[in-house]
Amino acid sequence: MIINSRFFNRSELIGFVSLAVLLFLILPLSLDIFRLNLVAKYLTYAFVGIGLVLCWGYGGILSLGQGVFFGLGGYCMAMFLKLEASSVANTKIQSTPGIPDFMDWNQLTAVPMFWKPFYSFPLTVLAIIIVPGIFAFIIGAAMFKRRVGGVYFAIITQAIAAILTILIVGQQGYTGGINGITDLRTLYGWDIRTDHAKFILYFVEVVLLFGCIIAAQFIRLTKLGRILVAMREQEDRVRFSGYSVANFKIFAFCAAAIFAAVGGAMFTLEVGFMSPSFVGIVPSIEMVIYTAVGGRMSIFGAVYGSLLVNFAKTMLSESFPQLWLFGLGGLFIAVVLAFPSGLSGIWADYVQPRIDRLLSSRKPKAAWTESSVADGAPAE
Amino acid sequence: MLIGHQPKEFLLAVSGLTVSFDGFKAVNDLSFYVEENEIRVIIGPNGAGKTTVLDLICGKTKATEGSIQFRGKELTKLKENEIVKTGVGRKFQTPSVFEDLSVFENLEISFPRGRSVFGSLTFQRDAKVKERVEEVAEMIFLKDKLSTYADELSHGQKQWLEIGMLLIQDPDLLMLDEPVAGMSVSERAKTAELLNRIIKNRSVLVIEHDMKFVEDIAHKVTVLHQGQILSEGTMEKVKNDPKVIEVYLGH
Repeated sequence: MIINSRFFNRSELIGFVSLAVLLFLILPLSLDIFRLNLVAKYLTYAFVGIGLVLCWGYGGILSLGQGVFFGLGGYCMAMFLKLEASSVANTKIQSTPGIPDFMDWNQLTAVPMFWKPFYSFPLTVLAIIIVPGIFAFIIGAAMFKRRVGGVYFAIITQAIAAILTILIVGQQGYTGGINGITDLRTLYGWDIRTDHAKFILYFVEVVLLFGCIIAAQFIRLTKLGRILVAMREQEDRVRFSGYSVANFKIFAFCAAAIFAAVGGAMFTLEVGFMSPSFVGIVPSIEMVIYTAVGGRMSIFGAVYGSLLVNFAKTMLSESFPQLWLFGLGGLFIAVVLAFPSGLSGIWADYVQPRIDRLLSSRKPKAAWTESSVADGAPAE
Repeated sequence: MLIGHQPKEFLLAVSGLTVSFDGFKAVNDLSFYVEENEIRVIIGPNGAGKTTVLDLICGKTKATEGSIQFRGKELTKLKENEIVKTGVGRKFQTPSVFEDLSVFENLEISFPRGRSVFGSLTFQRDAKVKERVEEVAEMIFLKDKLSTYADELSHGQKQWLEIGMLLIQDPDLLMLDEPVAGMSVSERAKTAELLNRIIKNRSVLVIEHDMKFVEDIAHKVTVLHQGQILSEGTMEKVKNDPKVIEVYLGH
């Protein structure tokens, strides 16, 4: 598939390579395993951010409920790990051995039907993609076919996040309630709590992240990517050019949901538990802020935004726990008012031109002139 | 009106069309017929329901009553994008082009292929697409602007671009809502030239206030007033109709 003459243009290629160097080399070599595991946790939000870039940045569909999909992915993974951790040998002190501990506390005597598929790892992996995908499809079809959009859509997604949280908390016997699903131990007998496992999982996650980056870049470069931009600006014109706008919105929303779910599943593996506190309104809004800070039109921006804001969150909330939320709110206002295209916009407007000038003064008439950009297809 | 005796050659047959917004009938029991290769201009004072008629035909507004037949297909039951696929193209009054995309990309999106989600994921910018885009770009005087972003175009150029986006769809019925409004004199002349070139082999429905322009292009004129037809016929006939002079042309 060559739509433009190249998959990445020059600045994107620099972004891609430098992100790869940072995540594959610099961070693993310079950080201890505790900090590296924190980075891994931050990066799980980058998956959500990449989805939001497509859905919100390109398609103009603001979802304030990405925590729902992050949570669904995370819970799917947690259910598998919990079942594995609840072997008869591990749970022999329970009144019903062999079922997850919280089910036993809630007087359940058998694993419910909807937990059964999660005995199988392949089915779990499938569920991590399919469950959020189908859920997003249903929401998307119900909303977009009726032409619900903009602020109304954002509010509804937020309501769904609140509803799902209440549901999880309320159905303690089936979901682990407010505590979530905790005490996860092994994946096929491989202990995920050891430092070594965390190191391996970090790399698995980074590989998946690059998979998502490439998938998102692919979508962006197809005609579908351009239709998303077109739709954001002139929905009617797209409709009267013969496209079903609703279907394209559903696609973008589902893609964003699936990316978020992969992040959620990795979160469960990295952190060792999943709880409703990652599903609700506040985490969902935070995810939008990470994307906005990184730059909602930039896939790499979403990754850097997730890393930096979470890093700041850890630093600040370690020293001034009360201040963090104010800081986050202030950051969001500052980004929206002063830098609507976020860090990637600052980079493109201020840093990039200087680098270009430096490079071109050293190497006059460099090889990368416009000739490689396809006719009529500006690289950005 | 004899139901069932409509001559076959009508491309578009609007009959008994009514739309009411909270009781206000913007279009009231309207019937008119457009033939193949006919250029029909709709004129009328503000609020006569001209734009609403176009909205009804292209599906933007749903009719309360009546029928719109296009090549024997009932349009009132179809969705907007399905109506486009039957061969109806619509240009809006304010230029609606995709400003964050280049002229090339604007035209490419309108190219009638790969209109489903998966079709657009696998869409290839092949020689045929490029050729057609360049051909249309030349027609709309934007051949040297293919890689320009649409937000850098002038008002007139945006209007042309939108007309080009319709042309690339190759519709059998082209509907234009005030194509020369807000254009400079030279742009206006160029647009008239453009329209005269593109109306070959298709029918065109135009809303326009510029009477000079209307006289230049119209085969037949329909005068709307308060959602109903006041007069219909050649420009000569309409111009001399005392009712038309009273409500529209007189002042």
